[in-house]
Amino acid sequence: MTDLLSKFDPVIAEHSGLIATGVRDPFGVVMDRVLSPTRAIINGRETILVGTYNYMGMTFDEDVIAAGHKALDAFGAGSTGSRVLNGTFAPHIGVEQALKDFYGTSSAIVFSTGYQANLGMVSTLAGKGDYIILDADSHASIYDGCKLGNAEVVRFRHNNTDDLDKRLGRLPAEAGKLVILEGVYSMLGDVAPLTELVAVAKKHGAMTLVDEAHAMGFFGPNGRGVYEEQGLEAEVDFVVGTFSKSVGTVGGFAVSNHPKFEILRLVCNPYRFTASLPPAVAATAEASIRKLMGAKAKRENLWAVSRKLHAGLKAAGFRMATETPESAIIAVLLPDQISTVAMWHQLIEQGIYCNMSRPPATPAGIYLLRCSLSAAHTLDDVDTIISRFIAARESLPTAQAA
Amino acid sequence: MDRTQTFARLLELIEPFNKKGVALSETTSFANDLELDSLTVMDLVANIEDEWDINMPLNILPDLETIGQLADAVLKLKG
Ligand SMILES: Cc1ncc(COP(=O)(O)O)c(C=O)c1O
Repeated sequence: MTDLLSKFDPVIAEHSGLIATGVRDPFGVVMDRVLSPTRAIINGRETILVGTYNYMGMTFDEDVIAAGHKALDAFGAGSTGSRVLNGTFAPHIGVEQALKDFYGTSSAIVFSTGYQANLGMVSTLAGKGDYIILDADSHASIYDGCKLGNAEVVRFRHNNTDDLDKRLGRLPAEAGKLVILEGVYSMLGDVAPLTELVAVAKKHGAMTLVDEAHAMGFFGPNGRGVYEEQGLEAEVDFVVGTFSKSVGTVGGFAVSNHPKFEILRLVCNPYRFTASLPPAVAATAEASIRKLMGAKAKRENLWAVSRKLHAGLKAAGFRMATETPESAIIAVLLPDQISTVAMWHQLIEQGIYCNMSRPPATPAGIYLLRCSLSAAHTLDDVDTIISRFIAARESLPTAQAA
Repeated sequence: MDRTQTFARLLELIEPFNKKGVALSETTSFANDLELDSLTVMDLVANIEDEWDINMPLNILPDLETIGQLADAVLKLKG
């Protein structure tokens, strides 16, 4: 018998090697208690969370929690069914209406996760004979959506308009084309030049889908995302998003003004062949999305803490992934795996949780410590985070310092 | 387009990624001999696309195991 798991021996060896150096497992963090959107007990220590994508700090919002309790009592723990059979309850319609109101679109379809929203949209929109043209740094869910579907898949260099233009120019003029972009790219926290990219897509007759997972709530006048900030609401055909970041719960969605959009419910497998979200989750999402519409103070604070963290780390001599703070993801570049893990370990020991990211999740083989800020962080929190980054660096052997 | 020329140019494009200094031939395997990871493959493919002004759909990559197969694919895409 061939052991099917033996193909992962190199990964097992690499991971055990990592743990053998005496560091805590960056991929095995357990939060024993969660005190607030920005604090948890990890390894018995109160830790500042700076790597949770809890951008708008909605996870413990009173109204959100109350809505969840109410729906849990009224509708039970789960739907036990697909949206197209027995799994559509009033809260599912409620959250889709909240999305339509938030985005100002005629349609909104809710999936069970953002991952599934991309799987479903990408694999269903582009079929046999069509072309998908995607940014090389696209999220795994977009790549997996390509694998699930039957379209030809072409990649262009990250955020590179000329490269997109060239690749679109090589495709048959009459073929169906879907260009897939993201507003904010989550590894480096860089913002896409959507105005230029979308213009090129239109020039070649392609439809466009923008994943705004990391921008909802704090880009654009209504918090719709980078596409709104860049004035592209009439241009972009489909927007994908998630409830797992700014909304503070779990779930995914796509919104559109396309007149035939609703038909996707009947033809999209990652939508119809899985159970719907628990009604309590749908209700928390609805309450959160409605509150995000007017969350001006939260939004301003999120930008203030993001800018302050970027400036502070930069001033302390860290190599930043972006020259300026472009989003609420503030990433620090490190030279290699050993120094990144060592730094991450020192930080967790000092009560700072951020994300350690490495290839293949990162582009161009780089190593990162990624911070994502929350509207619930204070400017004082940022001072603490910066001083602990500095202390962590100082506690490393000089050879490993960033 | 000439097969010999295409193959020769392909070797030049692959050489910068040949970190282990393997002798390159028709049957050199990307995964086993060159041990290219998926990120490196991505860069190489982008360079090949630019060199011949073609798109190489991701879907065909898993079938291209050797340099010889890649040369044939380039010729086919170039048409
Ligand atoms: C760009 C992007 N799209 C989609 C997703 C998937 O979202 P979810 O966590 O809801 O599955 C994520 C988050 O991991 C993401 O970063």
